[in-house]
Amino acid sequence: MSNLSFVRTEMLPEREPPLTEVGVIGWMRENLFSGWFNSILTVLSVLFIYYVLSGILPWLISPTWNAGSLRECREILVAVGSVGEHGASGACWGVIRERWIQLFFGFYPSQFYWRPIMAFVLLAVALAPVLFADKVPTRLLYFSAVYPFLFPWLLWGGSIWGPLGAAAGFVIGYFVYKSVEVRVNSLAGIIAGAVTALIWWLVLFSPITSWLANLIPLGLEGVRSRDFGGMMLSLTIGVVAIGMSLPLGIVLALGRKSDLLIVKSLCVGFIEFIRGVPLITLLFVASTLLNIFMPPGTNFDIILRVIIMATLFASAYMAEVIRGGLAALPKGQYEGADSLGLNYWQAQRLIIMPQALKISIPGIVSTFIGLFKDTTLVSIIGLLDPLGLSNAIRADSNWNGIVWELYGFIALMFFVFCFGMSRYSMYLERKLQTGH
Amino acid sequence: MTSLTDPPKESFRLSMLIYDTRYRSMTIQIVALIGFLILVGWLISNTAQNLVDLGKEPSFGFLSEPAGYDINQRLIEYNSQSSHFRAAIVGLLNTLLVAALGCATATVIGVVIGVLRLSKNWLVARIMTVYVEMFRNVPLLLWIVFIMAIVIETLPQPRDFRGENPAASMLLGDSVALTGRGFYIPAIEFTNSVTATGAEEVDAVVGGSLDWLIVFAVLAISIFAIRRVRRRADRIQEATGLRPTTWYLQLGLLIVPVGIVFILLGAQLEYPALRGFNFAGGIYMRNSLIALWLALSLYTSAFVAEIVRSGIMAVSGGQTEAAAALGLRPRRVMNLVVLPQALRVIIPPLISQYLNLTKNSSLAIAVGYMDLTGTLMGITLNQTGRELETVMLGMLIYLMISLMISAVMNWYNNRVKLVER
Amino acid sequence: MSPARVDKQEEVKMKKSVILGALSVAGLSAGAAAAATLDDVKARGQLNCGVSTGLSGFSAPDADGEWQGFDVAVCRAVAAAVLDDPMAVEFVPTTGKTRFTALASGEVDMLARNTTWTLSRDVDLKFEFTGVNYYDGQGFMVPKSLGVSSAKELSGATVCIQTGTTTELNLADYFRKNDMDYEPVPIETNAEAQQQYLAGACDVYTTDASGLAATRASFENAGDHVILPEIISKEPLGPLVRHGDNEWGDVVRWTLNALIAAEEMGINSDNLAEMAEGTENPEVNRLLGTEGNLGEMLGLDSDWAQRAIMAGGNYGELFEKHIGEQTPIGLARGLNAQWTDGGLLYAPPFR
Repeated sequence: MSNLSFVRTEMLPEREPPLTEVGVIGWMRENLFSGWFNSILTVLSVLFIYYVLSGILPWLISPTWNAGSLRECREILVAVGSVGEHGASGACWGVIRERWIQLFFGFYPSQFYWRPIMAFVLLAVALAPVLFADKVPTRLLYFSAVYPFLFPWLLWGGSIWGPLGAAAGFVIGYFVYKSVEVRVNSLAGIIAGAVTALIWWLVLFSPITSWLANLIPLGLEGVRSRDFGGMMLSLTIGVVAIGMSLPLGIVLALGRKSDLLIVKSLCVGFIEFIRGVPLITLLFVASTLLNIFMPPGTNFDIILRVIIMATLFASAYMAEVIRGGLAALPKGQYEGADSLGLNYWQAQRLIIMPQALKISIPGIVSTFIGLFKDTTLVSIIGLLDPLGLSNAIRADSNWNGIVWELYGFIALMFFVFCFGMSRYSMYLERKLQTGH
Repeated sequence: MTSLTDPPKESFRLSMLIYDTRYRSMTIQIVALIGFLILVGWLISNTAQNLVDLGKEPSFGFLSEPAGYDINQRLIEYNSQSSHFRAAIVGLLNTLLVAALGCATATVIGVVIGVLRLSKNWLVARIMTVYVEMFRNVPLLLWIVFIMAIVIETLPQPRDFRGENPAASMLLGDSVALTGRGFYIPAIEFTNSVTATGAEEVDAVVGGSLDWLIVFAVLAISIFAIRRVRRRADRIQEATGLRPTTWYLQLGLLIVPVGIVFILLGAQLEYPALRGFNFAGGIYMRNSLIALWLALSLYTSAFVAEIVRSGIMAVSGGQTEAAAALGLRPRRVMNLVVLPQALRVIIPPLISQYLNLTKNSSLAIAVGYMDLTGTLMGITLNQTGRELETVMLGMLIYLMISLMISAVMNWYNNRVKLVER
Repeated sequence: MSPARVDKQEEVKMKKSVILGALSVAGLSAGAAAAATLDDVKARGQLNCGVSTGLSGFSAPDADGEWQGFDVAVCRAVAAAVLDDPMAVEFVPTTGKTRFTALASGEVDMLARNTTWTLSRDVDLKFEFTGVNYYDGQGFMVPKSLGVSSAKELSGATVCIQTGTTTELNLADYFRKNDMDYEPVPIETNAEAQQQYLAGACDVYTTDASGLAATRASFENAGDHVILPEIISKEPLGPLVRHGDNEWGDVVRWTLNALIAAEEMGINSDNLAEMAEGTENPEVNRLLGTEGNLGEMLGLDSDWAQRAIMAGGNYGELFEKHIGEQTPIGLARGLNAQWTDGGLLYAPPFR
C-alpha cells in the first residue's frame, strides 16, 4: 500500500491573467465589447468615424497652398488628378496663406503688429497673479493695476500722457481721500477724493496732457479703431468688455443682494432687461441709436459704441455669476465678519469679495468665452471681425466662391481659443474644489 | 432697584442721515433714485434734442402703413399690401416657431448625447465628448452659416430632379424631396374642411388652422382621459396592491378619437410634386429654417448634454445602490429614483438654455430667415428709417417672450422642487 | 507731424479717455454743432465718407486695405476740393441698415453708397441728394438653361434679393402688377447672393443692373447666364448729405457737377495742367478758377475744381477706370453718357 495522498507544500506561482483580460484585448473587451449592445455601438461608431474621415481627409490634404486664386487651385487639383463628380475636389488653401494675417489683425498697420501681440502677451502676465495665485509672486499685482492703462495705449497708440493722465486721476483721488480721511472722516474723504478726481478728468485733464504732449512728445503712432479687424477685434471687444464689466457686475450683484428696495429693484430691472433681450438688438442700439441717446454732436466711432453695449451686456451676466459666488459663500463668513465688528464695506473688501470672486472665476471665464464667441455678431452690423472679413474676402474676385476653407479656418481659431480657456476653467474648478 | 431710563433723546441732526443706520439706507436709496432719474432724464432730453435736430418725430404711425415687401414664410395671411404691424406679427410667429422647434430638438438630442457621454463604451463616450466640445467652442453664428452652406451646396436643387434621367430623386416613395432650397414633405390635407371655403391656399408651414384646432382639442381631451385612467389605476394599486392592465385602454383613448376626427375631416396626405420652377404641394421647410433650426438645436444640445450629464452624476451612487437593494430593475431605478432627482438639478439651467436659444434665434438674419429681427428690425427699419421705434419695439417684444418663458419654467421648477422641511 | 496726424492723435486720445471710463469727457469735448459741416471738415482735416461694405467696382477695400471704386472716387474728389488731399478721407463702411443713421447722426459727412434717390428719403428721412452719379435700374439674371427670355415668364420662381434696398419693394410691386407669385429669398450681401444663385438655391437673382453685370462678370462661365431685357425700376444713385446744411450740400453737388462738366468740356487729368494756364473758353476758365470767383462762392479757393478733377480724372475717366468696359465689371456708358452723346448726364452751367 502506498500512500497516494498529496499535500502541496508550496504555493502555486501566480499565473498570468488570461490573455483576454489584460492588455489591449482585455481593455477592448472591457470598454468596447462588454455586451452585444455595446459591441453594436462600437461597430457603428467605427463605421461612423471611417465615414467622416474618408470624406474629410482627402479633401483636407490638398496641394494648393501656393495657389493665388480659386481658379489656380482648381487647375492644380485637376493636374494632380483629384477630381470628383462636380469637377475639382479638394480644399483651396491658397486663400488661407494669402489672408491669414488679415484674419488675425484686420487692417492694423503691419509695422505695428508687435503692439497687439505685446498687449495680449502682457495681458497674460497681468492676469497671472489672479489666475495662478500660488505660482507667481504677488508683486505682479502692481503690474495688473497698471495694465488697464497700458492696454488701450498699446492698441490705439497716441501720446503716453493720455493714459498717464487718466491714471493720475485715480492717484490724486486716492491721496485726497487719504489726507481728508485722516483729518475729517472716511465719508468726507470718499466724497472729496471722488470730486477731485472728477475735476481732474473733466477740467484739468485735456489741457495738462496736451501741454505735456507738446513739451515731451512721447508716444506711439495712433491707429484708428476702424483699422481693427479679425481675431484681434474680437479679442479686444471681449477683453475690454469683460474687464470693464467686472466692477459694474460687482456693484450690480451687491445691489441685487442688498436690502434696499429701490437699489435692489433698479439692479434687478437692469439685469433682467439685459438678459431678456438678444445681444444682436443691443448691437442694433449701438449701431443705430446710441448716438441719438448722447448729447447732440457727440460722436463715438462704431467700435467704441459696440464695446459700450458689450460691456453693459456682459455686466448683467457678470452680476449673476458673482451673485452665485456670493451665495455659495458659507453664511459663517458673513457672520464672522459681523462679529469682528467690520462694517459693510470693510466686510465686503476684506472677507466676502476676495472669496466670492475666487469662487466665481470659472463662471467669469465661461462668461468671457460666451462673450468672445458672441463677438462674431458684430459682423451683422458691418464690422470686420473674422466672419465679416470672410465676406469681404469672398467679395474679392480671386476668391469668389470659397466657402469651407474660410469657415473652417475661422472655426478652428475660435475653437483653439475657447477650448483652451474652458480647459483652464475646468482645471481651476478642480483646484477650487480641493480648497474647500 | 435700578430704574430704566429712557435713552437720551437726541434731536435730529443732518449728519444722522449718513451715520445713523436707521436713516442711512433711506439716504442711499434716495440718492440712487435721484441719480437714476437724472440719468433717464438726461437720456430722454438728449434723444428729444437729437430728434428735433434731425427733424424726426417719434411716432408709431408707420406700423399701420403698407409694408410693401413680401415675406416667404408666413404662418398667417400676409401680402405686400399688409401693414408693417402685420409683417412684425409674421416675424414674431416665425421666431416662436423656430424657437419651439429648436427647444424640442435640442432637448431630445441633448439628453441622448448626455446619456451616451456617460456610456461605458469608451469609443462612444469619446465621440460624444468631441461632439460637445466641437459645438460648444465654436460661435453659433458660424454654425448657422456653415450649416446653411452645407444645405445649399451639397443637396440637389429642384432642377436636378427634372428630365429623363434626373440627377436626384425623391425619397420614401416619392413623398419627400430634400433640396438645397429646403425640404418638401407631405402635408396632411383635410378634404372635408370645416372652413367651407377650402380653396384658399395657405402657403405656410402649418395651414388649415381651424381643422387643426379641432384635432388638438380632441387630442387634449384624450390625454385628459388617459390621465384619469392612470389615476384610477394608481388608486386601485394603492388599495389592493395589484395594478390593473390599462395600456390598451390608454392606447385606444389616444388613437381612436383622433383617428375618427381625421376620417371625418377627410384627411389625406398631399405629396409635393415638381411643378414649374419649384416643387409644389406638401409642407415646404425653407433652407433658412432648416439651417437655423439645425444649428440652434445642435449648438444648444451640446450645452443640454452637459447639463444632463452633470445632473445624472449629481445623484449620489448610494441612491442607485439603495434602489437596487430594494429589488428594482435598472430601468425602474432610472425612472423612479435617478431621473426625478436629477431633474431638479437639470431644470434650472435648462430653462436658461431655452431662453438662450430663443434669444439666439435672432441670428436668423444671417441666413435670411424672416423672424422678428428680419422683418421689424430689418426690412421695416430699412424702409421707414424709424430706428428708434422699431428697435425699441423689437427689444420690448423679445423681453416679453423671455419673461414669459422664465415665468412658465419657474412655475414648473417650483412644482418639482424638493420641499424642504 | 502733419496736421492730420496731430488730429488723429487728439481723436485717439479722446477715445482712450472714454475707454478709461470718463464717458462724459468725450461727451463734453465733442459738443460741436452739426450744422456747419464744411467748417467741421476743414477743421478736422479729414472727410468722413460713408460707403458700402463691399461692392466690386463701386467701393471695396483692396488687399492693402485701401478703398477703391466709383463711389469712393466721388469721396476722394470732394476731399481734394475741400482739403487739397484726395487721401484725407476716412471711409466708413455702412450696411443698408446703418447708412442713414450714420449720416443723420453725423458719423459721416456724406454718403456715397449706391443710394437710390426717392421722395421719401429726400423728404421724410431729411436728406439732400446732391445729384446722380450713376443712373441704374433693377434687372433680373437667370441661368440660360432655364430657357426664360422675359421676366413675365418668372411666375412661381424663387428670387434672390439683397435686403435693405429699394429692390425688394420694386420686386413686390412688379410681381403684384403682373399678377404673378414668387418666393423671395432675402440675402444680406452680394457675395452670399452670388453663392446661393450659383448653387441653384434660387432661380433668379435681381438687383441693380450694374450689380448684375458685375456679378455675372465674375462667374466662371459667364456665358451660361443671361440678364433679362426688362428693367423694372428707375434707380438714380447719387451721393447725399444731411438736410438743412446747404453750404455743404452745394460743395458736394458742384464737385460732382465739376467732374461731369469737365468731361463735357474735354478736360481730363492729362490736359488739366495745360488748361489751367488759361484757355479761350470762358466756361473752362471759370470752372478751373482762372476767371471769376466761383470757388469763393462755395467757400473754397479758386483751384477747387482743378483738384477735384486731379484726384482721379473727370467723370468719364473714373467710369472707365472703375466700372467701364475695360474693367472686369464691363459696363457700357448707356444712360450714363453725356447728354451730348445721348445720355442723361447734364451738368448745369458754371457761371
